[in-house]
Amino acid sequence: MPASVGWVWLVIVLPFLGFLVNGTLSFVRPDAKRVVSAVGVGVLALSFVVALVVTGGVVAHPPHGHPYVLTLWSWMPAGSLQIDAALQVDQLSTVMMLVVTGISTLIHIFSIGYMREDPGYPRYFAYLNLFVFFMLILVLGASFPVMFVGWEGVGLCSYLLIGFWYENKPFADAGKKAFIMNRIGDFGFLVAMFMIFHATGSLSFVTVFEEAPQLFAVGGTTITLITLALFMGCTGKSAQIPLFTWLPDAMAGPTPVSALIHAATMVTAGVYLVARANVLFAMAPVSSLVVAATGAATALFAATIAVKQWDIKKVLAYSTISQLGYMFMGVGVGAYAAGIFHLTTHAFFKALLFLGSGSVIHALHHAFHATHRHDDAQDMRNMGGLRRYMPWTAALMWIATLAIAGVPGFSGFFSKDEILAMTFARGQEAGVFYVLWIVGAVAALLTAFYMTRMMLYTFHGPTRTGEEEERHLHEAPWVMTGPLLFLGIGSVVAGVLNLPAVLPGSGWLHHFLEPVTEGSTAYLPEFHLASATEWALLGLATLIAAAGILGAWNFLKPALLQPASLATPESGLQRILLRKWYVDEIYDALVIRPIMWLSERTFWKVVDVGVIDGVLVNGSAKTARAVGWIGSRLQSGRVATYVFFFVLGSILVLRALLR
Amino acid sequence: MIYGEWILDLLLAFPVLAALAVLLSPEAAAKRVALVGTLVEFLLSVPLWWMFDPGTAAMQFQVTHPWIPGWGIMFSLGLDGISLFMVLLTTFTMPLAVLGSWNYIKEKQRAYYALLLVLTTGMLGVFVALDLFVFYVFWEIMLIPMYFLIGVWGGPRRLYAAIKFFLFTFVGSLLMLVAILVMYSVVGRATGEYSFAYSHLLDNVGSVERWAFWLFGAFFLAFAIKVPMFPFHTWLPDAHVEAPTAGSVILAGILLKMGTYGFLRFAVPFFPGVAFHPTVQTVVVVLAVTGIIYGALVAMVQPDFKKLVAYSSISHLGFVMLGIWALSLQSVEGAIIIMISHGISTGALFFLAGMLYERAHTREIAAFGGIARVVPALAATLTIVSLSSIGLPGTNGFIGEFLVLVGSFGTFPWATVVAATGVIFAAAYLLRALQRLIYNKLDNPEHERMRDLSARELLVLVPLIVCILWIGLYPAPFLRRVEASAQALVEQIRGPEATTTPARAAEVVR
Repeated sequence: MPASVGWVWLVIVLPFLGFLVNGTLSFVRPDAKRVVSAVGVGVLALSFVVALVVTGGVVAHPPHGHPYVLTLWSWMPAGSLQIDAALQVDQLSTVMMLVVTGISTLIHIFSIGYMREDPGYPRYFAYLNLFVFFMLILVLGASFPVMFVGWEGVGLCSYLLIGFWYENKPFADAGKKAFIMNRIGDFGFLVAMFMIFHATGSLSFVTVFEEAPQLFAVGGTTITLITLALFMGCTGKSAQIPLFTWLPDAMAGPTPVSALIHAATMVTAGVYLVARANVLFAMAPVSSLVVAATGAATALFAATIAVKQWDIKKVLAYSTISQLGYMFMGVGVGAYAAGIFHLTTHAFFKALLFLGSGSVIHALHHAFHATHRHDDAQDMRNMGGLRRYMPWTAALMWIATLAIAGVPGFSGFFSKDEILAMTFARGQEAGVFYVLWIVGAVAALLTAFYMTRMMLYTFHGPTRTGEEEERHLHEAPWVMTGPLLFLGIGSVVAGVLNLPAVLPGSGWLHHFLEPVTEGSTAYLPEFHLASATEWALLGLATLIAAAGILGAWNFLKPALLQPASLATPESGLQRILLRKWYVDEIYDALVIRPIMWLSERTFWKVVDVGVIDGVLVNGSAKTARAVGWIGSRLQSGRVATYVFFFVLGSILVLRALLR
Repeated sequence: MIYGEWILDLLLAFPVLAALAVLLSPEAAAKRVALVGTLVEFLLSVPLWWMFDPGTAAMQFQVTHPWIPGWGIMFSLGLDGISLFMVLLTTFTMPLAVLGSWNYIKEKQRAYYALLLVLTTGMLGVFVALDLFVFYVFWEIMLIPMYFLIGVWGGPRRLYAAIKFFLFTFVGSLLMLVAILVMYSVVGRATGEYSFAYSHLLDNVGSVERWAFWLFGAFFLAFAIKVPMFPFHTWLPDAHVEAPTAGSVILAGILLKMGTYGFLRFAVPFFPGVAFHPTVQTVVVVLAVTGIIYGALVAMVQPDFKKLVAYSSISHLGFVMLGIWALSLQSVEGAIIIMISHGISTGALFFLAGMLYERAHTREIAAFGGIARVVPALAATLTIVSLSSIGLPGTNGFIGEFLVLVGSFGTFPWATVVAATGVIFAAAYLLRALQRLIYNKLDNPEHERMRDLSARELLVLVPLIVCILWIGLYPAPFLRRVEASAQALVEQIRGPEATTTPARAAEVVR
């Protein structure tokens, strides 16, 4: 192991130190905001620097076959089960580590401005530092259980940060919902670990992935069940069908949290997991197809909802769900590098979009606050024309919008196109992949449409905030716009990481990740597209993006929009989309209410109180008392009664004896 | 090995002496004397951690004194990897229990603290006894102080709860007494040596083969009530709700473990043929898994915080039962870890319930809300403890549950998968409670003036939190001490290959 890679523990420890310091400050010196910001951002920046050093070591001495494993201590030794607290550094974890620390640093800086006036400032930074700590454990853990520590740890931080303003009950509800839905997924992760341990005798990545080819039959029941259970974990954490409904609610958290946790990093953990376990998934073609199909379905489904949302953050939330669907489509069809590539570019442009929306909300909130209005600062119907007041934010968010819409040259174009192209390429093998490709293409059209709609309603047309409020609108401070600038650069240029095969210098990320993914190549068909086909797909992708953007630009009329308080309620399909296909209501009626009813009305009130206690326990006590009562009646003290029973008894005994 | 020769005797004798000291001291000083007594007791037990030899499954620190030699009753004590942590858990909990009672108990303090100390002896005796008669005596001894703790210092329905607690346990233990006497006489007749010694009965258990089913049944009932397993659990919520804080802590933290300890020490090793008979096995596993889910679901709808924690105990102990019956090295080690960590986490939850009660004079969850702002330290502590009870990785709760489940999967895959859904319900009931206790809007203006944790309360909670994280992050020292005994148990029943061959059951490549 190169000496520089040995420092990887420091990448993790630094954010944890930040958590300890800020956590302590939140109790003893909650007003020390300067110290809190310095610590909160400082540890992250340092962590990023160390991550760069580690990356340098990996690039200079790329691990091949065996990743670098740093064992810290023996965590759970129990007989044949030996789980170490160990970190794993290879090409994949390096990419993730850089994305996490890099984006986190920018979002921490943004938070200084965004959370400036919040009384919970130190608590906020403590949680955010803790989140990065767990996220790094997730991506650097060398075994399934260690990864699971990070996996549930980020869920905890997500819970704490969604419910950060816990005095607002719906916000606290949203945090709880996120945690519980994630736990449903985590149940799958747990079951997968049980199966893996019993099948391979180990839970460490190196051993499991090396021995899997000898132990499992390709497409066999065991490997299929294992990967399906793992993917169940992914649907929870990465908000895929059917466990996606927590993510839109998670927008209750402060907006930088949405950017960091619910867009750029945590929700991509599922994609990372599939890419990490690529050998297992490649050996289970049915599971992989399930992954790809779920991804495609989610991409389209979430996109339809995003088209009709009015809350700017809800649009972005559904957009995130949809984009995560693309990533799963990528890793599902076996294009692991493409999935990670889209994860990376998405981290840039979606973080930018969220932070930009944060700046907008921040500005509107202040304007409403100044005029004592209680309107929704996140409803796009209350915005409009904001580009005149926030030119930087508008310009930067347009860059991100063009990227996510897939306009050629921007990063999202390349990453999304690669996933679609790979899916298309597998169509030669089975027609179902063509269906997935069409679904993905339609979702791409919707993406370009709803993103343009969002930009149009927010930044263009007349300003609907109200005249008084307009005078209070202004651009965000530099501490907030600065990070946006970096993310904007990333949104443009990140595409060069992995250019299409028909362009010069293509596939760098693909080659970089090859040592990690090569174990799965034996089980996957070769991806091959004629260069004419590839050009045609690129051209088609361009057309789709253009159609979506121009369609929205021409058909939507921001001038006709009414502020939220004056708007007429939607009807028909629009209403169904606005209410998100009523999925929450369906879950509530089918799952939550029956369980609560069963628990309270049946188990507690009937089984426990009624049957066990009422009939059996107290019943036997009452029987004992009744018998005692009868006995006590006999002890009446009347001699005549005693004589009567004595004679009666004697007769009975004599009869019995004389038979 | 001087320490090893007197330590167990001393651990049993000292609390009784301390109880006498408490009774002789003035009323106002009683709690201080009791604190010193329990602390000394704890310090006396600490060297066991290092003196214990993890390399052997044999009984350590053994002492034997003749008691009623004519009947083969010896006062015989010893420790192995299973009982070591039960002893340490007991001595660790008691000073905290005294501290936690500090302001809560205002009447008859001398009697209260003296009973706590007598209870200590009773509980320790159960865990170290190596003679079944002695075991039975201690089993009954600990019942009496607990009965009074609930019945005298408890809540409004204390008498109902105390009698229910007493009768439930007593019914089981009477049957157990009969079983012990039958074993004693049958084994005695067969071998010519009448003795209650654990090892003697264990070695010659073959001679009671004919009665094994009924004997096991008697032990099973006694222990299952204590655990408590569904459907023998209804004494627990009542006892917990009515008991004073320390009573609940001890009840959940230590007394419940006597049931599972009894299974590990007596019922399972004595009668493996019955315990692992397919039918019996199925019944036990179904009851265990039912307990896990049922306890969690019923906990979810409890309006009373203490009752919620009580039902959550039923759920947690179900994991222990599953782990014991799955009988793999991991599952048994996991079961023992849950026994330890449930004592810590649930103990802490009951302490917190008591602290909330002392502040608001209610245990009704709905009466709280929004107090995280006024009592941040209490809220943070409650969050950490709840997370450990939920089994978040990095806390003690995860280690035990994970080992039990991963170890049980090989034996009972379907039961394990069903049991694993317990992790979802655990999150549901605790987060629901947490939200309604400390989050949401603070709507009771009186709670605005609620005071945060005092130094004394921190002194109670911090050691528990340290243990929560310690076992969560570095359980290896615990596992190392448990392993030999767990392995011996598994190998006694499953044969030596059960623990040596790596678990591996993948389909062969075709």
